[in-house]
Amino acid sequence: MRFNGARILLECIREQGVDTIFGYPGGAVINIYDELYKQRNVLRHIRTSHEQGAVYAADGYARATGKVGVCLATSGPGATNLVTGIATAFMDSIPIVAITGNVPLSLLGKDSFQEVDIMGITMPITKHNFIVKDISNLADTVRSAFEIAKSGRPGPVLINIPKDITAHITEYKRITHKDRKVKDIPISPDSIAQAADLINMSKRPFIYAGGGVGCSGAADELVEFAEMLDAPTGCSLMGLGCFPGTHRLFTGMIGMHGTMASNLTATNCDLLIAVGARFSDRVVSNVKRFAPNAKIVQIDIDPTEISKNIEIDCHIMGDVKKVLSQLNSHVKRVIREEWVDQVIGWKQQYPLKYKRDGGLKPQYIMEKIYELTKGEAIITTEVGQNQIWAAQYYKYTRPRTYISSGGLGTMGYGLGASIGAQVGMPHKRVINIAGDGSFLMNCNELATVVENNLPIIVVVLNNHALGMVYQWQDMFYGSRYSCTQLNSPVNFVKLADAFCAVGLTITKEEEVESVLSRALELDGPVVINCEISRDEKVFPMVPPGEPIANTILGE
Amino acid sequence: MNHYVLSLIVNNEINVISRVSGLLARRGYHVSCLSMREAEDPSLSRMTFVLEGDEHTLDQAKKQLCKLVDVIAVVEMKIQTSIRRELALVKVKAGPTDRVFIGETAKFFRAKIVDVAEETLIVEITGDDGKISAFINLMKPYGIVEVVRTGLAALERGNQGSSCYKEVYEKVQ
Ligand SMILES: Cc1ncc(C[n+]2csc(CCOP(=O)(O)OP(=O)(O)O)c2C)c(N)n1
Repeated sequence: MRFNGARILLECIREQGVDTIFGYPGGAVINIYDELYKQRNVLRHIRTSHEQGAVYAADGYARATGKVGVCLATSGPGATNLVTGIATAFMDSIPIVAITGNVPLSLLGKDSFQEVDIMGITMPITKHNFIVKDISNLADTVRSAFEIAKSGRPGPVLINIPKDITAHITEYKRITHKDRKVKDIPISPDSIAQAADLINMSKRPFIYAGGGVGCSGAADELVEFAEMLDAPTGCSLMGLGCFPGTHRLFTGMIGMHGTMASNLTATNCDLLIAVGARFSDRVVSNVKRFAPNAKIVQIDIDPTEISKNIEIDCHIMGDVKKVLSQLNSHVKRVIREEWVDQVIGWKQQYPLKYKRDGGLKPQYIMEKIYELTKGEAIITTEVGQNQIWAAQYYKYTRPRTYISSGGLGTMGYGLGASIGAQVGMPHKRVINIAGDGSFLMNCNELATVVENNLPIIVVVLNNHALGMVYQWQDMFYGSRYSCTQLNSPVNFVKLADAFCAVGLTITKEEEVESVLSRALELDGPVVINCEISRDEKVFPMVPPGEPIANTILGE
Repeated sequence: MNHYVLSLIVNNEINVISRVSGLLARRGYHVSCLSMREAEDPSLSRMTFVLEGDEHTLDQAKKQLCKLVDVIAVVEMKIQTSIRRELALVKVKAGPTDRVFIGETAKFFRAKIVDVAEETLIVEITGDDGKISAFINLMKPYGIVEVVRTGLAALERGNQGSSCYKEVYEKVQ
């Protein structure tokens, strides 16, 4: 059949099983929007308030569902508005395909109206990007883009399409689930044997799990692995949910805001097994003094991660799920009473705790959210203290339930991400945990939430400050609170009201349960303004540059 | 600090040079020369460059380059097993008396005089970095007007052709 470029683009997107895309119209993509209009019954398009919201939504959709997220923007400013979101997805290895329009071929390179070199701009923040200069390449380019986005270590791919390409006509042949042979990286039997030896010899192993576990769907294999070894297991921020937060062997998050138990276990172990984790500086802190007594085994699908940040003794390259199931048949089942007792001792001695001084506590709010949702919600977060409290005081038991910008730390990410997560998982409760600063960055997306009647609850932990930075100024900069107090008397309840969402307030601990319950019953868009103290701090904390054993537990 | 000669086989695609040079720059790899030209198969190009650093840098750089979709193979051209050549054009001041001496020196280096003007000569010389630098040093006393060097070209010795690079690529993967 002969179709125009716009139609071919949408057909190829549908070939991939995608049913929803997120975007924002404009001149360079008007042909695509015309086609979307015709296909509105088979391909859902969610128009956000800002392209940034669209790319965060595509990212949240991908994180929540495991499918590729798709977003669409016009040329020039539309394209540049995607940049922070693409970088966010890149840092956290999230598969998205971003499609941007561009000026017609004949105007390229002439500083034409709304022309920008989005290829050059996004080269360092995409796995790959394409410009389609010939209609006959369009279909295969779109197919390759999806394949690249989801294969190996996933990541964002951008397709830049000049306007005239969307109008040109060519032959299109539908390819149903063309399972192009994705090269399966063989796992080296030697590396499995070598790792199994190290594991079987170890007396005090520790598993450090990262986002790779979730993206390869290896959560069950990880639990089996940890139980076989009787090995305490901690997670990076990206790894939360990949190992049940309720498990006896779970030590909590590791690193800068990790638990004392995780940080002590990593420091005292004789073997550290990194599973789909990249030894980010937020985990390792002081490279020289990280896991000083341990041999290190690293399992990862990306060869560049091996020995990138820290010297590795043994590595296994491959898909985490496959590697773990092979390892599980090579390692001996053991019981390590002494080591596990010691670790459980640390868990009991240094639990996560906060002062109950009668004020409204963000940690308490998180605990109540956990209780009331029975741990079955999807929690998205903004960035700052809110993100860390959400990581610490809610027990994640399944992957894809804690959705947060880990690598880039993108404020404003959470609300867009919650839209994508809710659209992708309509039967789940989705709750966005926000700070007032982050919420103000992209609260315009409330319009999208309401327009699509998404039952998202935004919990604003309102400390009238850029809390995380304020905390650093308090602790390390002599309380010189430069530009971090948010003194504008903005009223989030009225703001919610203006967007036609429900606005609720919590000022006291006693109100937490009833207000949260009410919000959960409402089954529509809700914003809850929680008035918390500016002086509430995130603990534990490893001061910058210190070894992680020097965790500060509180003031 | 070591010098490693890396040869890349890449898709002959318009953006490939910015992808490679962008990656090298943002990851802080120091590259002292880079050259590129279409390969025997016109859908491919060959890029050759010299990377400065230690073994760890080399290892990371190879793996990072392999991750680029347009990079098909990355091969290290070891000194013992490869031929490396560079071409330089040296424009040197040459009055009537100096010409003879310059011509003699050029002969020793198997270099050619390719342009003769009233006050200068252009000498074309081919060789490895050491040879070219030595020649340029010898020309300095006469007065160098301009030098242009192409950067290295390198090929592995022996029978194997570029098909072997596919295997290398798979190994690195
Ligand atoms: C887009 C962006 N700008 C700036 C920062 C730096 N930053 C990190 S945390 C933070 C404070 C966040 O404040 P808020 O959203 O109110 O959350 P809180 O820490 O108070 O929970 C800032 C400014 C960032 N991470 N992202």
